[in-house]
Amino acid sequence: MHDLGYDAAHLLGAVVLLMSFALLYQRRLFALLHVFTAQALALSAAAAWQGYIQHAPHLYVTALLTLGLKAIVMPVALHRIVVKLNIHRTIEPALSVGLTMLAGVSLVTLSILLVMPVTESASALTREDLALSLSVVLLGLLMMITRRNAVSQVVGFMSIENGLILAAVGVAGMPLIVEMSIAFSVMVAFIVFGIFLFHIRERFDTLDMQKIESFRGESH
Amino acid sequence: MTLLTSVFLQIVQMLVVLALAPGLTGFVRWVKARLLARRGPSILQPYRDILRLLKKEAVLAHNASWLFRTTPYIMFTAIWLAAGLIPTFSTQLALAPTADLIALIALLGSARFFLALAGMDVGTSFGGIGSSREMMIAALAEPAMLMVVFSVAILVRSTSLAEIADFMMSGAVGLRISLALALISLVMVAIAENARIPVDNPATHLELTMVHEAMVLEYSGRHLALIEGASMLKLLLYAALIGCVFAPWGMAGPGADSAAVIRGLATFVLKLGVAGVLLAVFETSIAKMRVFRVGEFLGGALLLSLLGAIFLYVSRGV
Repeated sequence: MHDLGYDAAHLLGAVVLLMSFALLYQRRLFALLHVFTAQALALSAAAAWQGYIQHAPHLYVTALLTLGLKAIVMPVALHRIVVKLNIHRTIEPALSVGLTMLAGVSLVTLSILLVMPVTESASALTREDLALSLSVVLLGLLMMITRRNAVSQVVGFMSIENGLILAAVGVAGMPLIVEMSIAFSVMVAFIVFGIFLFHIRERFDTLDMQKIESFRGESH
Repeated sequence: MTLLTSVFLQIVQMLVVLALAPGLTGFVRWVKARLLARRGPSILQPYRDILRLLKKEAVLAHNASWLFRTTPYIMFTAIWLAAGLIPTFSTQLALAPTADLIALIALLGSARFFLALAGMDVGTSFGGIGSSREMMIAALAEPAMLMVVFSVAILVRSTSLAEIADFMMSGAVGLRISLALALISLVMVAIAENARIPVDNPATHLELTMVHEAMVLEYSGRHLALIEGASMLKLLLYAALIGCVFAPWGMAGPGADSAAVIRGLATFVLKLGVAGVLLAVFETSIAKMRVFRVGEFLGGALLLSLLGAIFLYVSRGV
């Protein structure tokens, strides 16, 4: 009645979604990065599993890219940026956590309602995969809206990308997945880099000795 | 299965849960102590504590009403009955037709209702704080638990625990998002309901953040023994409930012989051991949260269970 391929794909997709909710629930920057790593690991497992059941070897490349870039390089880089720039470690949400979670569940319901009628004829796996990945994308957007901290906005953006890759991986016969994931990773890298520079500038602005002295009223 | 054997199994079940409950609590405490590199009290310590309390005189406040005196008995009976309803080692119990998940929640709810009333009865401020916090937790935990019940009931098409366990054992249902979400949600509810660490600290007695201990502060002697026993039974009840719904393997099904029943008993003890170790590891690795964050924690449980129910309609084969 049930096959392992469907069950495992289904559960790995659910773990990715659950990690999106965990991202919304976190209040500490480092915990946020850890949860993001877990999401990337789940996504990479999902991609590898899809590659196995669809007999599509190029999906293993996607899985490896996700594993290397999102689960190792990005979190480590962000971790170092946070430590180096001495960014405030608590996240100030623009909306309270309870309300955010409520909005999150509404978004998941919305994406299910949206996907269900469109994919009437598709297989259960495709339908569910699309519903899950649309939810992950919407939750990532929600995260970018409700967080004031730049690093957590980057994490939100990367979780949107995770949702897109989850969708692309689940649909059999999707071309250019590998290229797409590389392009996205480069884009994310640029965004992270941009924020890094932005913070350096911000820091230099505030560390400008002349400005500090003018604050104290010593230089005229 | 004749009526006589099912009655016999039911009596065995009632005695087994009663006998194992302090052992489970003692085991969790022992594992926690070992994880903290302490030697820890013996696993038998809770049994000794309860015996000691039973021998002691019960001291009552002057203004304690009949409610205060009867609550320990009501609470202990309700929770013992609830623990007896859950199939632990066999699904062929005499009370199986009445072992309904909603009835179970009602029994637990009434036990909590009386305890909260008794907490306020004497009029000390500690009792009042405890009761109000307990009600705040209950108001969020109960809907979450009901949502879990609904998800499972939609999947199995029954709220009877014996049928759920038989259905899960038959292998007709595979890995499901809904079940995974329901399991997480139920674990969160169980942690809150049993006053375990992120929500309440079971080891402290004089702390302003305590919930359960604040309510029972006025009790002594045999009353306290009953209340302590009831909370130990409640811990076992939740462990058995999670085991029965999400990991029913090893339980004796319909038409099982006595060897299967004994195997069921052994696996039940094993499951309790695993649950105890997991709980102890979880409690050691996490810090207690502020009381005002409990709402978020349990709200998360409620939303996860809601999500589980929603996903039932996307998944295949409902």
